[in-house]
Amino acid sequence: MSDIAIKAENLGKKYVIGHYDDKERYVSLRDEIAKGVRAFSNKTIGLIRGKPIIMGNSVEEIWALKDLNFEIKQGDVVGIIGRNGAGKSTLLKILSRITEPSDGRVAIKGRVASLLEVGAGFHPELTGRENIYLNGSILGMNRGEIKKKFDAIVDFAGVEKFLDTPVKRYSSGMYVRLAFAVASHLEPEVLLIDEVLAVGDMDFQKKCLGKMNDVTCDGRTVLFVSHSLPMISSLCSSCILLDAGKIVTQGACADVVLHYQTGSVVNAARIDFRQKKRPIGDDFVVVNEAWLENSSGLSKTEFSVSESFLINVSFTVIKVLQRFPQPNLHIMDNAGNYVFVTSPNDWDMRAATRPGDYIARCELPAQLLNDGMFSVGIAINHFENGLTTACYERHALAFNVIDRIEENPLRQVSGWAGRVPGVVRPLLKWTVEDSL
Amino acid sequence: MFFIFAWRDVSVRYKQTVIGVLWAVLRPLLMMVVFTVIFGSVAGLPSDGATPYALMVFAGMLPWTLFSTALSDASNSLVSNANLISKVYFPRMIVPLATIVASLMDFLISFLILILMMMFYQYWSGWQILMLPVFVLLALLASLGPSLWIASLNVKYRDFRYIIPFIVQFGLYVSPVGFSSGVVPEEWRFLYSLNPMVGVIDGFRWCVLGGGSPIYWPGFWLSLVVVGFFLWLGIRTFRKTERTFADII
Repeated sequence: MSDIAIKAENLGKKYVIGHYDDKERYVSLRDEIAKGVRAFSNKTIGLIRGKPIIMGNSVEEIWALKDLNFEIKQGDVVGIIGRNGAGKSTLLKILSRITEPSDGRVAIKGRVASLLEVGAGFHPELTGRENIYLNGSILGMNRGEIKKKFDAIVDFAGVEKFLDTPVKRYSSGMYVRLAFAVASHLEPEVLLIDEVLAVGDMDFQKKCLGKMNDVTCDGRTVLFVSHSLPMISSLCSSCILLDAGKIVTQGACADVVLHYQTGSVVNAARIDFRQKKRPIGDDFVVVNEAWLENSSGLSKTEFSVSESFLINVSFTVIKVLQRFPQPNLHIMDNAGNYVFVTSPNDWDMRAATRPGDYIARCELPAQLLNDGMFSVGIAINHFENGLTTACYERHALAFNVIDRIEENPLRQVSGWAGRVPGVVRPLLKWTVEDSL
Repeated sequence: MFFIFAWRDVSVRYKQTVIGVLWAVLRPLLMMVVFTVIFGSVAGLPSDGATPYALMVFAGMLPWTLFSTALSDASNSLVSNANLISKVYFPRMIVPLATIVASLMDFLISFLILILMMMFYQYWSGWQILMLPVFVLLALLASLGPSLWIASLNVKYRDFRYIIPFIVQFGLYVSPVGFSSGVVPEEWRFLYSLNPMVGVIDGFRWCVLGGGSPIYWPGFWLSLVVVGFFLWLGIRTFRKTERTFADII
């Protein structure tokens, strides 16, 4: 038990919000006054009972988090992902003791520092130098520590010239750079970070990532909220996926990211767009379905490096098109990098197309993608009003390419059991000859 | 951290002003002139013993300014630091406490003016001046209690933001700032001391102006009790509600 840094049991957070009934439209002055009086009396009763003011005539309880159970080991770097409103920030707020959970309990071992918003402790009227001290102390450093790290902080932020300028005159980039510089020089045992790294220019982002890597290498426990999946997958060892205040999955980073990207799709091997509320497409073309299958026609999400497989898209042409529409597939890797975009190249785009149902098949050859997780985005272009994208669905499908050592005689010979680096692993033509 | 907060409040106060910290001096000084003219000359109220009226007003103005700045700043301190409170964890009590300490800075500067005035009037107090820190502390405590109470209520109900200026304005006239509490009829004196600032200001005058301004002791003890009650109420309310600050601020 001693290596558990954070332990949450049945954690829940409730908020109360108010609504106005839709049917009550106040049109007359009398109604308005009546409403005002009622609101006033409600508020007064609330004041006496010590309840906060909630606008509206009906209240609803919202559980931003409910029944969260997890344990995080010391030295783990854990990513928290999920859509907006999934409860990520609320969770960090509770862990950093800013708010109290309405339910359950949390135990954290060690000094906690949180970075929920860049520059939260800055005062606009103070100079950069003063703010370093102010913010440092708010984040839990003492004066001696700040003094020792002052030069490193200034250097990291790159604001030497403006140290004695009030930060309200800083550019927004300088502001966040300074704020992040202060925060990144903290040395707590547990660090909670909310989506704050996506600041500054490319150079600074690189610096941040480097700094974060250092932090995580020091054996500190880090909880890290981000929408940037590449950042998550490059920094974190494990992940928690939240949705609507509940943990959907937790575990190895790749698995959780897969779950997140494919979203509500139960089956990553097949997606039926017709079940969505809105048509996926426009007046000319709509996509119906997309699915993966192996060479023998079985629906699958897992393929060996050494097998080829098919990505199929069925679509309906609604009106006569002057040129043939162009379906295309967008393959992305786990880290969000574009691997490639592919579209049919041997079709005659000049041919007119009759309305009707079509199926496009794309074969991904064996020995192309390296092992890892990939997602497939599906789009269809047509040329009715110039080049138009009728639809683009990101992460519609997902598949895992696996590298079975037993299938690869070369690896068995060489004995190399680690992962071969790279996104693709094409078989290229080599010649090795005796130079004599 | 507490001192860095206090230092922040002090150094932010007069940023981007031309005469800077002189404002801390000018405000009570101008008030003193107005009060001396209105209460001393127009209304013709008597001073304490042989004390020059202006000096007596200023000696009352000092603790009052300390009290009122501390009260109004500290009461709004939580709301004006809303961003900090909802994003960073630290003991919440630091915010109003630091504000109150910051207002002490203004007081110290004005106090120099008081010394200058005493030199001008060639008026010296006796041993009582040694008791002064006690009454300064009392003024701070008197503002701390209501401040904590109102600050924590202000988080929930912003009404209090509008009540504060009113209390301060009103308090200026019901407290013995522009006049000596000696002008209050004897039978009302005890009741009058329910205003905690009566005891504080009387005590302050007693220290600064020496025996010329005697303290009405039963009233002083009553003021002390009132201060203590508000302190208890303020701390209790604050502790009880501070957990919810981040949610509703």
